[in-house]
Order: sequence, then C-alpha cells, then structure tokens
Amino acid sequence: MIYSDKVMDHFQNPRNVGTLPDADGVGQVGNPVCGDMMTFYVKVKDNKLTDVKFQTFGCGAAIAVSSMVSEMAIGKTIDEAMAITNESVAEELGGLPKNKMHCSNLGADALHAAIDNYKAKTAGTATGRTVVPEHDHEGDACCCPYCEGPVEGLPNICACKQCDVELVECGHCHKYTNKAETVCTHCGAQLER
Amino acid sequence: MKRVYLDHISAAPLAPGVFEAMRPFLEETFGNPQSLHTDGQAAAEAVAAAREMTAALIGADPGEIVFAASGTEANNLAVKGLALAQKTKGSHIVVSAIEHASVLNAAKSLEKSGFATTVVPVDGFGRVDPAAVAAALRTETVLVSVMTANSEVGTIEPIADIVRAVKSKSAGVLVHTDAVAVVGNMPVDVRTVGVDALSLAGNPFGGPKGSAALFLKKGTKLAPQIEGGIQEGGRRGGTEDVAAIVGMGEAARRAAAGMSERVARMTLLRDRLIEELPRAVPHVRLTGSREHRLPYHASFCVEFVEGEAMLLSLDFKGVAASSFSACTSKSLKVSHVLLAMGLDQTIAQGSLIFSLIDPTTAADIDYLLDVFPPIIDRLRKMSPLYTDYLKEQRR
Repeated sequence: MIYSDKVMDHFQNPRNVGTLPDADGVGQVGNPVCGDMMTFYVKVKDNKLTDVKFQTFGCGAAIAVSSMVSEMAIGKTIDEAMAITNESVAEELGGLPKNKMHCSNLGADALHAAIDNYKAKTAGTATGRTVVPEHDHEGDACCCPYCEGPVEGLPNICACKQCDVELVECGHCHKYTNKAETVCTHCGAQLER
Repeated sequence: MKRVYLDHISAAPLAPGVFEAMRPFLEETFGNPQSLHTDGQAAAEAVAAAREMTAALIGADPGEIVFAASGTEANNLAVKGLALAQKTKGSHIVVSAIEHASVLNAAKSLEKSGFATTVVPVDGFGRVDPAAVAAALRTETVLVSVMTANSEVGTIEPIADIVRAVKSKSAGVLVHTDAVAVVGNMPVDVRTVGVDALSLAGNPFGGPKGSAALFLKKGTKLAPQIEGGIQEGGRRGGTEDVAAIVGMGEAARRAAAGMSERVARMTLLRDRLIEELPRAVPHVRLTGSREHRLPYHASFCVEFVEGEAMLLSLDFKGVAASSFSACTSKSLKVSHVLLAMGLDQTIAQGSLIFSLIDPTTAADIDYLLDVFPPIIDRLRKMSPLYTDYLKEQRR
C-alpha cells in the first residue's frame, strides 16, 4: 500500500464530512481539473472553532488530509487553526508519498480560506464563500514528478538527477513538469516556452 | 476475503499448462539456443516450436516473428527500427493521438534524428478515421503506426481500412500496429489486415510477463535497437529468454484453440457490466466505442468522484480495477487518451476500467454490481461537486 495505515483509516472513516448550513465561514480551494477540490465549513464561537465540516472531491490522500485537518482544527482558537501547516497535517497522518504532498497543502489552505471567509464576513466585507480556484504551492518540496528524485539546475529549467528528464517550472503553480509537455501536469496551466 | 480481479489490462494470470511448459527450461533444459551441443539444441528446438505457435496465432510465417521482452520493446523496435531503416527515403511518420506511450515517446525520440511526426486525432469514441490517416501522408512519409485497439477505452480501430487507405495513396509507406491489447483475445490475421509490422505481448493472453514479439513482414528492413549477436536474425540481440518464449508459445496455442468460445463468454459478461453498471449508479458513462470494443473491456467515467478514491475503495472490497485519472498516475496527469477523445478534464478524473480475465465469472460481475453502488454513494456524499450538482437540480 502506498499510504500509511493512518491515511487509510481517515480515507475509510473520514471524520466531520458534510456541510454546515449555518456556517460562519466557508472556504473552497482547488479545481476539479487538477483532480482535487475541497470545501470547508467553520462555526466560530468566542474566537474558537466549535465545529468544522468538509467535502472533498479527490484521491485517497485528499480525503484523508481533509479529515485530519478537520480533526486538528475543532476546538482550536482562530490563531491556532491558522497555524496548522501542511507539514503538521502530513506528519499527523504518518507521512504522505511525495507526489501527494500537494493534497496536504490543499487541506490547510481550505481551512484557512474558511477562516478568512469568517473574518471577512465579520468585518462586513464578504457575503458568499471564499473561493481559491488554484492552490498555493508555496513551501512545497520540489521533486521530479516522474521518479520523485531530487531536481537540480536553474530556477526555471532544471533536470532530474535520477531519471534525466528536463523539467520546467510552471509559472502558475511553480511546480515542475517535463519540458516536453505543453501544460503543467499539476495545475493544468499553459507552460510558457 | 473474496478477491475479484478485473484488471486484465495491467496483468493477467498464466493460462493453465503454461507454467508446466516453461518450467523445464528454467531447470534441466537450460542450454543457450545458440550453442551447438545437445543442451543448446534442445533449447533451440523449443524456441523454434514456440515461434511457430506464436506465428500461427496471427497467421504469420515463423520467420516473421522477432521475439522481444515487452510490448513496449516491440513498439520501440517497430517505430524506431522501421523509421531509421528508411531514413534515406524520407523522414516523416504518422501516429494516432491515442497510441501507447511506447509509440508516442518513440516517435518523439525520432524527432532528435530529424524525423517529423503528424498526430492524427480520434473521434469521441476513440476511433481513428482512415481518411484522416491518408490525408496526413506526405511524400516523405515512411511509416504509419496506429494501434489495433486501445486498452484504456477498449476501442478497436479500423486497422484494415487504415492499411488500405494508406497503401492505396502511397504503396511504399509501411504500416505498423500495436496489437498488444488484441492478440490472443480476438482473432487477428496479419494477411487480412495487411500490416507490415505488428506488436504483440504474451501476458494479455496467458503467457508470462517479459514475453512479446514483433511480427515483421518478410523482406521488411529493420534497424535493430538492441545491437548484439545474431539472435532473432540479427534483428534483436541478446540471449533468448527461452522459458518466456516457450510460455508465450504455449499460451498462443491454447488461445488459438479456445478463441471463439472465450470471446463469446467474455462478451456476454462485458455486455452485462456495460448495461447494468450505469443502471445501478446514475451519472456513469461508457468511454470508448460500444460497437467496436474489446470483448474483455468495460471502461467508464464516474461523475463527481475521483479515480484513485474509487480504486482504493474497490480494493477494500476485494475488487482490482484500473483508472487513468491524474491522481492515479505518478506524473499526476490525466489520460492523454480521454483528453484526445474530447472528454472534459473533470469528468476524466472519474476514469474507471474493468477488464475481465479468463476465469472471470458471472458471480464476479454480480459481486461487483453489489459492492459498487455503496462505494460511489459514499464518495459522492463527500464530494462538493455532487452537492453543487444537487443544488443546481433543485433550482
């Protein structure tokens, strides 16, 4: 199995799945074109997250990550929840395969989007949900999408040390894709030549 | 727990009797077929017999069979070997958009040697139009490579018509077909089809992994891609994998013998799956052609859910299947075949393929139809796309 027991447990028995009709904040992150999309709902009382629910379209890792994020967030203060990082989620899950790390980013991002949405609503600057159509890949460890090996070279064009594929950085999500491709394999954006 | 294996396109079990046929060539009859002594000659005889049985399966002469170690190798040998052998004649090749990576990447690599490639599109069912292939020919075209059937969507291509269209426009252009998904599972006759080269692999019809061959019409020039000794008539160097070759020969003999009965049995089970699965679960669409379809192949796109999540859930219930969604591939890229067919990227994420193996039974299909609806129901309840869809419906 490519996943840890903990990931499989959260995939099989995800915690806090669903929607909150009376949510104080709703955040949506991702794009089905990339293969995953998450919606997080938060209920806030006295600066604390009293309830968190989510819905996820995506792979096993994406579902497990959402479940873990929801579990980690419930009962936390806003500041504590905003401090949940991609690394801490992956760590709690007993690790994720390298090419699935972007799923963990998505989970924390979706929670943070829901909290931002709550803040904006409280400030009166938002009415609907906060939508982040593309996910932020900042802090993503860079690895070859084909063999997961280390990459080296210039910042915008480099080669995988192991499988010798020439890679280009996507101007949009900043992840690496085979130079021969025309669109980014991670976010679907057109690659600039 | 009950295991229902429905992933023929990834791997198939050995046919009955195949291992027994192979075993002596891993143990007592271990000689090198190139050796002059008794031990070597015993192995050489077994290779010759396997060559005859493999050739007979596709209506070829034994001398037209070049053994290789995988369908991928056979495709590389055909595309690069045939193109490079004719480089003085011209440097343009034509392939279809839904070829296996071993054909597409071989074509890409030929570009470094000065070749240009035209990629012919497919329709919404994954079918290649013979007229479009003919229209792609140039005066400098030396090779056309279009598969006989696609293992991701099950579509069978009009390969005989493609050969006719190509040859009637330009008789000198060679036609290769990747028939890995077809040979041994449906009748194939290289003379009727009229191709110059055809790739096949042993595993899809009950031979061992690591057994494959390229049919090369007598008199066709080929630049070897593995250079070495005089094995395979100098067309493919390297000591013969005698046990694998013998296993493929035996599997070929058995496949030819039981062909029509097996095709009929598989087709019946496949048709049940194709009819009943979309009835058991709404928003499931068949991918590929309904009419021109591999007998063991049922492929779908399940809306609002993602392929890997389905595969993991099915595996928990003991069912092995395949998907070509972005998340199931290591490169995180959705299938080029589904995109070439014009499928929406979001829908393509729900790619799911059930491919039957020889012992698949009606009870296996019953079991799948039983466990599948609750799996999709659970994943859809989790899916924001499905929630949004239901909201739209209520409006």
